[in-house]
Order: sequence, then structure tokens, then C-alpha cells
Amino acid sequence: MAEFQLPPNSRVKPGKTFKAPQGAKNVRRFSIYRYDPDSGENPRLDTYEVDMDSCGPMVLDVLIKIKNEIDPTLTFRRSCREGICGSCAMNIAGGNTLACTQASADLKGEVKIYPLPHMPVVKDLVPDLTNFYAQYASIKPWLQTRTPAPPDQERLQSKEDQEKINTPSACILCACCSTSCPSYWWNSDRYLGPAALLAAYRWLVDSRDEATGERLDELEDPFRIYRCHTIMNCTNACPKDLNPAKAIAETKKMLAARSH
Amino acid sequence: MSLESPLGKFLGHGSARHGTEHWWAQRVTSVALLPLTLWFVFALLGMNDFTHASVVGWMGSPVNSILLALLLIAVLYHSQLGLQVVVEDYVHTGWLKVSMLVGLQLAHVAFGVAGLYSIILISISGGMTV
Repeated sequence: MAEFQLPPNSRVKPGKTFKAPQGAKNVRRFSIYRYDPDSGENPRLDTYEVDMDSCGPMVLDVLIKIKNEIDPTLTFRRSCREGICGSCAMNIAGGNTLACTQASADLKGEVKIYPLPHMPVVKDLVPDLTNFYAQYASIKPWLQTRTPAPPDQERLQSKEDQEKINTPSACILCACCSTSCPSYWWNSDRYLGPAALLAAYRWLVDSRDEATGERLDELEDPFRIYRCHTIMNCTNACPKDLNPAKAIAETKKMLAARSH
Repeated sequence: MSLESPLGKFLGHGSARHGTEHWWAQRVTSVALLPLTLWFVFALLGMNDFTHASVVGWMGSPVNSILLALLLIAVLYHSQLGLQVVVEDYVHTGWLKVSMLVGLQLAHVAFGVAGLYSIILISISGGMTV
């Protein structure tokens, strides 16, 4: 059966509290999921009191401040700090988003930070995205053609055709959408999930691609695409304001259109 | 332990190349259920009383018995499609999943045959032998 409760060794225990420094006036509490596979202990929730007067505005600034000044053992991924690399995707105050584009001021009260839901945890806020990347690779995210490329120029595309792939190709593969999807939680071994399906759609509507039929053949499966039950958490979660739910609906319509 | 690659593991046995019919049938049965359910609710509300004689009399009308048969087929077909998805979503123990899927199909066909038989019997005999 689907597991509705965490296994005993994954249940989160209360952790330590790191008090704010003396004289701090603008204190904010951040409770952060901690897990160290080498310790053999259960995950715990550590609380950090952060002086917001000496901290940048985003949640990522808070995490960096904690790591630099309070607790260097805190582990998380980050790179670009401007919402384009997708590394710092995590569950902040109950929603999946990028720590670098989430302002602390927009959140209420004590802020709880967990890794992306329902993924194996490597350490602290770092999830194992191996299967997520394999799913992306499985949809063959590259141009497939039979017509040879023109010898002296690029494969041309009209402005209108380019606009069709403009938005879906803005996906940064942060995994916020897929890991917010209950269908993905229960069946990610066979269901592609919204991120990979949005990527598949981006190639289905590419006017230069000539493998549309084969791509649809590969998607047409009770699990690969049809585990999507239009819950639409994906579109809600997307920190880039993309619409994976609509892309999946359009793909289902393409599948229905070619068999009727 | 397995040294299978993550891609190989996800690709598994490949695409089943079906599922669209199931998705389509779910929508067609929903479209059918909309007017049929409304009709059924209003028919029940319009009933004077629920004595055996008056319900059997209501079913004696060809229009009512045909619509009732259509409602029964649409409900059971839609229920089979939906419950199959629920089992596929949540049941991951091989033998349990297969037996539940088989059980669902058999139960839905059995309910359908029993229901249709009853409707035909009542509408033809006026319920005298039931």
C-alpha cells in the first residue's frame, strides 16, 4: 500500500535551539530539518533565532547567515541566488519554492524549512534527485529530426512558433512542481511528474521537431502521463510562474485527438 | 543491491501505449452522468410516495426503465474506471493489486448484470413476480 506514515527511522524529533545574540532587536525564528546519515540518528528540527537587522531579505540569505555565523554544519544547495539555477528548491513554510526568491518578510511567524517532500534525503535540505533527472533524460529532451539540417543556416522557426516554446522552455528543473504532486509521491517510479511532462510538451510543440508521434507513443501510458489527476499543485508551486498542469492537459488533448 | 542505471530503472518495461481510451471513457461517462443523475434526482423528488406499487408503476414506463438502465450502465462503468485508478494509485503490493483489479472488474460486471436483469424483469412483469 501507499505509505501514509514515515518509517520509524525517518520520523522528525525536536532538536536544539540556537538563541539570538544579546541585544538583537528584530529576531525571527527559523525551524530547519536536520538529518545526518552518518550519525545514525533520526532527523530533527533545529530552531535558529536570527537577527533580521543584520540579514539579507531572502530565505537563502537567512540560511547563508546561519551557516556562516551560527551553525556551519547546516547543509543546503545554492548557487545563482537569483532564481535561475534551481539549486535551492526546498519546502519553506509549507510550500515548495526557491529560497533565493522567497522573501522572509512575506512569511508569517516562525518559518519551518524542510527538504523537497517525499524524496530521499542526502543530508539536511539536500534531496536525492537521481530519479528526477533520469525522468527528464527519458523524454529525450533534444531536437529530433529526419530532415537534414540546412547546410548554410540554422533550422528556422517563425516568430509565432517560437512563442509556443518560449514559456515551457523557461523551466529550470528545480523539482518544486514534481515534489508537490501527490501522484508523484505515490508513483514516481512510473509517473513522469509535471517537470518531465512540461519538458516533453516543450518538444511536442517545437515546430522544428519531427519526432512528435514517437514522443506521444512514449508518453501514452497509464502511468507515465495518466497518473496526472489534475490536482494542479504543480502550477501552484512553480517559482517561475509556469503552468505544467496546462501543458499536461494539452498533451492529453493531443493524445485524444490522434486516436479520434 | 542493483547496479541498474537510474534511466534504465525508470524506463522499466517501456510505454504501454494505451491509457487514452480509459481517459476518454472517464469523460464520456461523466458527460452521460450529468443529465442522467439530474433526471434521477428530480424523478425521486417528484415521486408521491415510495410504496412498492408506486415505484414499480413508475418503472413500468418504458422511458423511465430505459433511462434507469442507462444510468446504471454509466454509473458502473464510471465507477469501474475510477476505482481502478484508485487501486493503481495506492496499492503497490503485487498480488493485492492484481486481485483487487480482478475483483473490481468481476464485481462491476456482476452488479451490472443483476441490475439490468432486475430492471427488465420489473418493467416487463410489472414487478408481480419479484
